[in-house]
Amino acid sequence: MKLNKILRSAWEGLLLNKGRSFLTTLGVIIGVASVIIMLAISAGTEAEIAKQINALGASLVIVSPAKGTPGSARTLLYDDALAIGEQVVGIVGVSAEQAPPPQNIKANNQTLGDISVIGTSAEFPEVRDYPVASGRYFNQSEDERKAKVAVLGSGIATDLFGDTDPIGQVITVGTTKLTIIGVMESKGIVSDVDYDGRVYIPVNLVFAKFIPTMNIGPDRIRTIYVKAESPEKISSVITQITAVLAERHDVDASNPDFSVQTQQDIIDTREATTAAFRDLLAWVAGVSLVVGGIGIMNIMLVSVTERTREIGLRQALGARPSDVLLQFLLEAVILSLVGGLVGIILGVGGSYLFGKFGSMSTAIVPLSIPLAFGAAAIVGIFFGYYPAVQAAKLDPIVALRHE
Amino acid sequence: MESILIETKEMTKVYGEADAAIFALAGINLQVRNGEFVAIMGHSGSGKSTLLNILGCLDRPTTGTYMLDGRDVSQLNKNQLAEIRNQKLGFIFQSFNLLPRLSALGNVMLPMFYDPTEDIPASEAKTRAIASLESVGLGSRMDHYPNQLSGGQQQRVAIARALVNHPPLILADEPTGNLDSKTGAEIMEILDQLHKDGTTIVMVTHEPDIAQHAERVVCVKDGMINSDGDHGSAPCIGERELA
Repeated sequence: MKLNKILRSAWEGLLLNKGRSFLTTLGVIIGVASVIIMLAISAGTEAEIAKQINALGASLVIVSPAKGTPGSARTLLYDDALAIGEQVVGIVGVSAEQAPPPQNIKANNQTLGDISVIGTSAEFPEVRDYPVASGRYFNQSEDERKAKVAVLGSGIATDLFGDTDPIGQVITVGTTKLTIIGVMESKGIVSDVDYDGRVYIPVNLVFAKFIPTMNIGPDRIRTIYVKAESPEKISSVITQITAVLAERHDVDASNPDFSVQTQQDIIDTREATTAAFRDLLAWVAGVSLVVGGIGIMNIMLVSVTERTREIGLRQALGARPSDVLLQFLLEAVILSLVGGLVGIILGVGGSYLFGKFGSMSTAIVPLSIPLAFGAAAIVGIFFGYYPAVQAAKLDPIVALRHE
Repeated sequence: MESILIETKEMTKVYGEADAAIFALAGINLQVRNGEFVAIMGHSGSGKSTLLNILGCLDRPTTGTYMLDGRDVSQLNKNQLAEIRNQKLGFIFQSFNLLPRLSALGNVMLPMFYDPTEDIPASEAKTRAIASLESVGLGSRMDHYPNQLSGGQQQRVAIARALVNHPPLILADEPTGNLDSKTGAEIMEILDQLHKDGTTIVMVTHEPDIAQHAERVVCVKDGMINSDGDHGSAPCIGERELA
């Protein structure tokens, strides 16, 4: 008996119970669709992270107070940033940053509430790869003499001034009047921070005008960003920073009250989280494929029992055990492959919709389609084999007598 | 001289082992010539079903030989037996055994699906199946499904299926058992006609009037042939009537 004839009788066998066949394939459909969506989400997330590496600069070193430092310990001070700038070699620049609570901003007869105001050093645009679009950033002397100047994120500039040039205009931040000297380029949202929606002012101005209300001491800073000359110099820069700060803070360098991280460390942490998430999804997808396979095996066993007489008749008419085996195996494989195809369509469509309307970015991995299809085929063969063997083993005399 | 189609020698079928052994067949010596119409009769438990299963190559004898159409088929494996069933045998069952999801035509085409000697193209299989259905008078009902056919019509589809591969031997197992006597008579007419045309038929039945259609009645009792002769002289019919 030729394969195409067996295929046809297997197909006819499935059409016998269309509803049941469809329900049986659901497990495989869900399994395959989730494999594809899972891979698309994790590929999309990885692409997003890679984009952030480029956006923030790969040579960035981030110094922050150690988490869990006892309250009495000295945390990062403005002078620490100055010391790093003077003593560490192989760096492009240092930017100390501190932020007061969100402020109300008044300008041009408008008030915007809850705006992030960030105090930075003069080297901020260079260190953070975030250039000024028009006007200029404040310089170091303006920072040191607490000049009342501000640089706007591009979004804030548009919100407050629309098409008119904001440079030279005065805004009121909290109760302090500041002159706008520049507008940053558009950067968008990176790592959940909306760079375009912030106002940048000298960090020393923050200490003078905004910090007293914060009750954390006059010259404490939350982060020091240091840009190394090249990614290769990062490890040397980290060692130097650790040594400088450990000496200044009078702590053991192996157990510091500050942490020195690279952009890569933060990315690695995030990637580890994504990877754990992805592994979990992979297990879920794998389990649902197995469950789908068990469903197929179950329904095929029922089918073999129901069609015992048919099997006996086919044997009487000349079907060899291998013909019967192949017919039932193919029924199982067709079930799982049809499920696989529908699952691929749903998976690709689902990934697209997730990326378009969901909060996650997705990128369909081309390899995931043959992979999912192959997995469906293997499930069909693996779980269809046992029922098919049961069918082929039937004794024609017993099978023909079966009611 | 007519050639021999079936020849069994000291054929036994034993179930169980040693002390618990049951001889379903206890040494059957049977010869059937080409063109004969033989009825096998016997009580239930006499061994006639076992004999038919072995003659139909659905089972193998424990000892002894079974020559079918010049070939010893007593020790063939499952695949070889399947091939013999497809090429040498046509089965007619008491309960018709048609596949409900296939039309009359589809059912008759089934044996050609499993033809081991040639890959019969669908168009040719269809032509042959149509011819076979026409020969049993069902040319107008080829597209009907079994549930749209009467019992007699279903059995005629089954006969067409048995004939479609032109086997030398037709095995009928109580072919009229599920039919009323009028329809049963129609089916027997078809078998009579086949016999006249030269087909060899071996039929199991327990109805004496059905057995009378055969030219020879073999009576099986306790796994052995109790009598063998033309139906007029067959003592097992009388014996059964007494029982």
